[in-house]
Amino acid sequence: MTRHETILGVIGDTPLVGIHALSPNPDVRIYAKLEGQNPGGSSKDRIALTMIDLAEREGTLARGDTILEPSSGNTGIGLALVAKLRGYRLRVVMPENVSIERRQLLEIFGAEVIASPGEEGSNGAIRLAEKLSADEPSLKLLFQYGNPANPLAHYEGTGPEIWRDCPELDVFVAGLGTSGTLMGVGRFLKEQNPAVKVVAVEPPAGELIAALRSLDDGFIPPIFDPAVLDGKSIVRARESVEWLRRLLDECGIFAGVSSGAAVAGAVKEAEKLESGTVVTLLPDGGWKYLSSGAWTDDLDVVADRATKINYW
Amino acid sequence: MAVEVKLPTLLRVHAGGAASVDAEGSTIGEVFSDLTARFPALKGNLVDDGGSLHKFVNVYRNDDDIRYLEALDTKVADGDVISILPAVAGG
Repeated sequence: MTRHETILGVIGDTPLVGIHALSPNPDVRIYAKLEGQNPGGSSKDRIALTMIDLAEREGTLARGDTILEPSSGNTGIGLALVAKLRGYRLRVVMPENVSIERRQLLEIFGAEVIASPGEEGSNGAIRLAEKLSADEPSLKLLFQYGNPANPLAHYEGTGPEIWRDCPELDVFVAGLGTSGTLMGVGRFLKEQNPAVKVVAVEPPAGELIAALRSLDDGFIPPIFDPAVLDGKSIVRARESVEWLRRLLDECGIFAGVSSGAAVAGAVKEAEKLESGTVVTLLPDGGWKYLSSGAWTDDLDVVADRATKINYW
Repeated sequence: MAVEVKLPTLLRVHAGGAASVDAEGSTIGEVFSDLTARFPALKGNLVDDGGSLHKFVNVYRNDDDIRYLEALDTKVADGDVISILPAVAGG
């Protein structure tokens, strides 16, 4: 379907594209789901729409309300798009050290940005959003980390799309983040075929958060169920950027920094198979990361920058 | 087995300020026992009272999360790098 009455109809149904040139084994094929094709530019458009739809249906959100959300960027941009069409105001609590393009996009869409301390990472944004919400109860906190609509968007959308386009898949690899993608897609795929392996990759985020005072300040998203995963591994910033460049050079795909980590994870899973199919998900396109120098600057410089600026 | 253990910023104070320490053991659990014998202040920060990995700690053997290997029974080999990171939010 290519005709829609509003831009919100364009959310989802993203293309699955072969990146076989990056496979270490000609008998293992790798496909990437290009979530950057969503109208707000990332997979988060899906959860933004589902979270708002569900809140409207439950009657907790009414036209004119102000939505509040902690986000490192993409969820905020997705919410800003949906909020604009549905008549909500939006405040996004975002760590101050994210890429400049994220802030610019939020402002263009009319969201109010509240900066949280960069050295506290997403934990700091969550804490500040919870405080603002307690101080001003009329604000509607959707809270992607604990909202069942987040995994639901992927259980009802992303997962079925992958199964429709690639029922022969053996492994699904995606970034952890809030865990919504892995929980929703993982559960759906395992229901169709319990042999499908679901693997998480994550940036070494705990290294970036200098302000963590105690382990007990740690955070595990309430929607995360460790039993859905079969494996989880770290991908370092340098390795992510190396794969990001190969994705562009060898496959012509211009994707965001976290996509480099997803591809690195997919290639590692491909190495473990004799033959088969690996599917990964590229959360966004490269546009919001031009200022990162990821494609142009010296690799060491970019990797070092990624320890100071939150590109994930 | 001799392995390198990388500590997160907030645990370094319990290990004399070092970002990385060498330790011995054939499993992660043994490596942690060696560490806590030398740096007793680390004790409650790695393993909880029930003998399981601390809820808000993620431990990686050469980048793989040990909760999806054999947790504290995960085997280590000479030269492995064990990274300890606090559980923080992403996304």
